[in-house]
Amino acid sequence: MAENILEMHTITKEFPGVKALDNVTFQVEKGEIHCLVGENGAGKSTLMKVLSGVYPYGEYEGDIVINGKVQQFNTINDSEDAGIAIIYQELALFPDLPVYENIYIGNEVKNKGVINWNQTIIKSKDMLKKVNLKVKPETLIKDLGVGKQQLVEIAKALSKNVQLLILDEPTAALNEDDSENLLDLIKALKVQGITCIMITHKLKEVVTIADKATIIRDGQTICTLVAKKGEINERSIIKNMVGRELNDIFPKRPEKNIGDTILELQNWSAYDQQLGRHVVRKADIHLKKGEIIGLAGLMGSGRTELALSMFGNPKNYKLKGTLLMNHKETHFKHTSDAIKAGLAYVTEDRKGNGLFLAQNITSNITAANLNGVSNNGILNMNEEVTVAERYKSSIHIKSSSINQLVGKLSGGNQQKVSISKWLFVSPDILILDEPTRGIDVGAKFEIYTVMNELINRGMSIIMISSELGEVLGMSDRIYVMAEGTIKGEIKAEDADQEKVMELATQ
Amino acid sequence: MRIVNEAKALIKENIRDYGMFIALFAIMITFNILTNGMFMSSRNVSNLLDSAGYIAVLAVGMTLVIVIRHIDLSVGYIAGFLGAVAAILLMQQGWSVFLVIPVILILGIVIGLFNGLLIAQLGIPAFVATLAAMLIFRGALLQVTAGTGTIIVQDPFFNAIGNGFIPSVMEINSLHLTTLLIGLIAILFFIYGEVKTRIDRIKYNFEVVSVPIFVLKLIFISLIIGYITYILAGYNGFSWTVIIVLLITMIYHFITSKTVLGRQIYAVGSNPEAAHLSGINVKKVTYIVMGSMSMLAALSGIMYTARLQSATTTAGMLFELDAIAAAYVGGVSSAGGVGKVTGAIIGAIVMASLTNGMNLMGVGISYQYMIRGGVLAGAVIFDVITRKRGK
Repeated sequence: MAENILEMHTITKEFPGVKALDNVTFQVEKGEIHCLVGENGAGKSTLMKVLSGVYPYGEYEGDIVINGKVQQFNTINDSEDAGIAIIYQELALFPDLPVYENIYIGNEVKNKGVINWNQTIIKSKDMLKKVNLKVKPETLIKDLGVGKQQLVEIAKALSKNVQLLILDEPTAALNEDDSENLLDLIKALKVQGITCIMITHKLKEVVTIADKATIIRDGQTICTLVAKKGEINERSIIKNMVGRELNDIFPKRPEKNIGDTILELQNWSAYDQQLGRHVVRKADIHLKKGEIIGLAGLMGSGRTELALSMFGNPKNYKLKGTLLMNHKETHFKHTSDAIKAGLAYVTEDRKGNGLFLAQNITSNITAANLNGVSNNGILNMNEEVTVAERYKSSIHIKSSSINQLVGKLSGGNQQKVSISKWLFVSPDILILDEPTRGIDVGAKFEIYTVMNELINRGMSIIMISSELGEVLGMSDRIYVMAEGTIKGEIKAEDADQEKVMELATQ
Repeated sequence: MRIVNEAKALIKENIRDYGMFIALFAIMITFNILTNGMFMSSRNVSNLLDSAGYIAVLAVGMTLVIVIRHIDLSVGYIAGFLGAVAAILLMQQGWSVFLVIPVILILGIVIGLFNGLLIAQLGIPAFVATLAAMLIFRGALLQVTAGTGTIIVQDPFFNAIGNGFIPSVMEINSLHLTTLLIGLIAILFFIYGEVKTRIDRIKYNFEVVSVPIFVLKLIFISLIIGYITYILAGYNGFSWTVIIVLLITMIYHFITSKTVLGRQIYAVGSNPEAAHLSGINVKKVTYIVMGSMSMLAALSGIMYTARLQSATTTAGMLFELDAIAAAYVGGVSSAGGVGKVTGAIIGAIVMASLTNGMNLMGVGISYQYMIRGGVLAGAVIFDVITRKRGK
């Protein structure tokens, strides 16, 4: 039996109010490729941050043992010294610097404090050869594709004599050729004796590459599957990923009253000009009056982008395909057109792009429909206050008064303000993006209740959610997205966690 | 006791709004003592307000520019250039003053829309775009005044904007009658507005302050308006400059606090992305704010040229920085979304009071700059601290 390069014993990490990791044990054998699998928020990234010293020694409980020695990392530098390198999904490269400077940044080739650039370039050529990347070291990072940038990151890690390489969803942003390339490289590195931990959502990759796969769910290690014993296959992984009991309680829907199709996307694609790739590809979905459809999938699967692309396209994607409202082809030039046509979009990131935190509840609620509280451009402030009071009491926004700044409210109450803002627009179609993220159980239940009331009144809802329980509990139909495409449509009565997860991890 | 507690709570809650008034009050009393009453004399107050006028209108526009997270460095030389153009049209082309003023204001709007084009449409940082405009208009000012040098303006109507006073029908005890009447009307108007708001709020069942506090507030502010009117009436009465500044303040205060456009400006400033997603046209708002800024720069240029009765080759130099300082002293936040028009006016008066008071005391110019710099830093520190405590 080979020795373990890494052992993490009974790691517990708490954030205020949440136990992100609960007694996690994780062992990696020298020279193996070990995949770490789990849903969004299961604790994979937190575990890797503990390992790499982002959360310093003392902020977590438990032991990290590397090559038989207990380690106490206080900074990322400490973990790098121990031979650990982590490559995040968001690459940490400097786009305007050449490849060779990026490889040796923070680890410069120098003599008495003076950088030897010639030596740097020569050395970086060796590193590029190791990762099989055929570009000139002088090339600027921004002129490389994402796949090649990824390889530069790995070259950078190799330049620091890495023993244990951690890759956080390395193939999420890559196309198939680049992904295959990368997986081949990881196998080649294994031959050179480098151990690799890979976080991934793509189960096919796990099956092809992993020697072992550890599955994490709700901050706990569920099991470690071993390839040699034939334990790694998609079915077994999914079963362990989703085995959670659904404790959330959902309010009863009185009766379904589903009408005609009011929104339809046909062959709908969106190309992000900044990222230089498609974020939505040939999506076909439809929504009926009085219906809740769930848009399931993992983070980065293109759900938010799909919502934005139909809601007036604020990110300026290049769009293709047809958008039908009430069977009529429609184009929205600006978000205001979409709002006029009866759409509303409650954003996923309420602090980032949903609310005006420095303004009070009243101004936030009326922001999307100022015409509703004004005459010829002049505000009727008393009317405005009446509107705000109405939503405060009907949606149960808990605050000292409607003059309270929204930045001071709790997450759940902020979400209620965000929803109120859009209800005041009286839309026909409400798009809710992660409506219950980061809010407590009581507030969740209240939001579900509001959703039911709304569809009772004939509204239709598109709910984007990463929480399987919520998707299964609230939706009439479920679309599952992955990599910008709709992978499948499931009726609520036929849906279960395994089916959704199977589509989401394709 | 209850009244005192309520008053204390009110001040504590609104310290950010009242802070500027308290500071101005303190500055005025200090200078008045140090100059043996010269500072608050009729003649000096009148002078002080007139000298603050052309910066005050810029500060109003600048506040909105900063509220939407931009900056405008070009306003000084736009004012200088358009002031010179006004002088040329009046003196060399022989245009009527009633034609010149609207034409200059429209030119200002056009220039501002061009700044808006660079910022909103092409996404150039406002600092750079308006720095370029500043250089361009500095050159343009030198160009139009190249042949003649300083252009003397001899139009009495035009010069009255910077030096004249509103006509007095008659004098009572050597007090300016029209000024007293305007002051009285302002007080009545203020009381009527406050009472009406209160009645409305009671009708809608909203919270209102207790009656004694309400009456106290009415009396206090009426006294201030009355006192300023009284002082000014003792000299030549309201100047046209003061009237223009008051009008601009009232119009902009109304737009920012009571209209959809105003709400959109603050929304764009607080969170541009959220504003866009709420259906607000961020570009349009940027165009409007930049256009209004340069229109006010044109007005400032007219006021300055009228005040000097001439257009000079260096007119407008550093106006932009004075306006930015006044806006910050007036409580605008560079984080966006916070700042009031009335604050900008107070800020401009604070800065002008400092210059004026120190001049009266004979403080050297070197110390004057240092002290004004200190006050600017102090005002922003106060702002940052009260904001933090608020959170």
